[in-house]
Amino acid sequence: MAPQQRKPHVCRNPDLIRGVGKYSRSKMYHKRGLWAIKAKNGGAFPKHEKKAVADAPAEKPPKFYPADDVKKPLVNKRKARPTKLRASITPGTVLIILAGRFKGKRVVFLKQLTSGLLLVTGPFKINGVPLRRVNQSYVIATSTKVDISGVNVEKFDDKYFGKKVEKKKTKGEGEFFEVEKEEKNVLPQDKKDDQKSVDAALIKSIEAVPDLKTYLGARFSLKAGMKPHELVF
Amino acid sequence: MPFKRYVEIGRVALVNYGKDYGKLVVIVDVIDQNRALVDSPDMVRGQMNFKRLTLTDIKIDIKRVPNKKTLIAALEAADVKNKWENSSWGRKLIVQKKRASLNDFDRFKIMLAKIKKAGVVRQELAKLKKETA
Repeated sequence: MAPQQRKPHVCRNPDLIRGVGKYSRSKMYHKRGLWAIKAKNGGAFPKHEKKAVADAPAEKPPKFYPADDVKKPLVNKRKARPTKLRASITPGTVLIILAGRFKGKRVVFLKQLTSGLLLVTGPFKINGVPLRRVNQSYVIATSTKVDISGVNVEKFDDKYFGKKVEKKKTKGEGEFFEVEKEEKNVLPQDKKDDQKSVDAALIKSIEAVPDLKTYLGARFSLKAGMKPHELVF
Repeated sequence: MPFKRYVEIGRVALVNYGKDYGKLVVIVDVIDQNRALVDSPDMVRGQMNFKRLTLTDIKIDIKRVPNKKTLIAALEAADVKNKWENSSWGRKLIVQKKRASLNDFDRFKIMLAKIKKAGVVRQELAKLKKETA
């Protein structure tokens, strides 16, 4: 049978004020219908036999008692969750980055990753900000939104942005005297392709709005007379 | 030098402090030396200190303490809303409100427009300068 839709049950004894119910004990007895249950059962409240408890095996006294009392840590039932996203930040919002090498850049928000960081892109062609993670605290959310429906961001997660672990080379004495070859960090081609595919759809929807492209290409700065606590972003 | 705007029944005033800041209200009665009974279509009739009011040039024709319906009718008849919005004071307030509510994107667009306008003006000025030179 399909699960029955239960109507949320209204409280039988509403509070007049905290701690004082509307109905007295005798009235509540009547409301709960205990008299009807008793009548159905022939005058007494229906009882059921207690289940026979199997005899617990006799516990031996422990062989070893620790010398000092060990304190048990308090129980902690908190679950790790990604940081609560501000209501003003929705996919497609234009954000202003406030710190780091891209400070002042206006950037498009894509999604929040499981670590709580925000996935963000310039787009790269417009202002040089690649697909990047950014902390919510270092960002101002503007009320400008970009249409993000054509963009697929499913494949990006925190592992995508993690540092690549290199295999350690066994050191030999001779190698200390050789000039250490510096491996330049070349961006792998597939990351460049990811950037291009994400930006292609974004740039189309950005160019649909007049001036939005130049807006995203410009940096934000406080000028004379601007009071941040009075500005509407 | 003599006063031009008087506290009288029917004088429209602007609230400059408090919960109803920025609203236009009508003085419907004078309570004592410091306070007036004040009413407006969107607020409950109540007293206000004169220090919280700034008098405007607009006056409407009402009797002492009219009921809400009569007040609204009198405001319509005198066309207070349009008179206020077309006065230079009223227009300034509207511009101030618009500026305060500008988005970051709006401010950017305004900056571009200002630069464009300045460029056009400078071009014309250069032309005029060349003619007189």
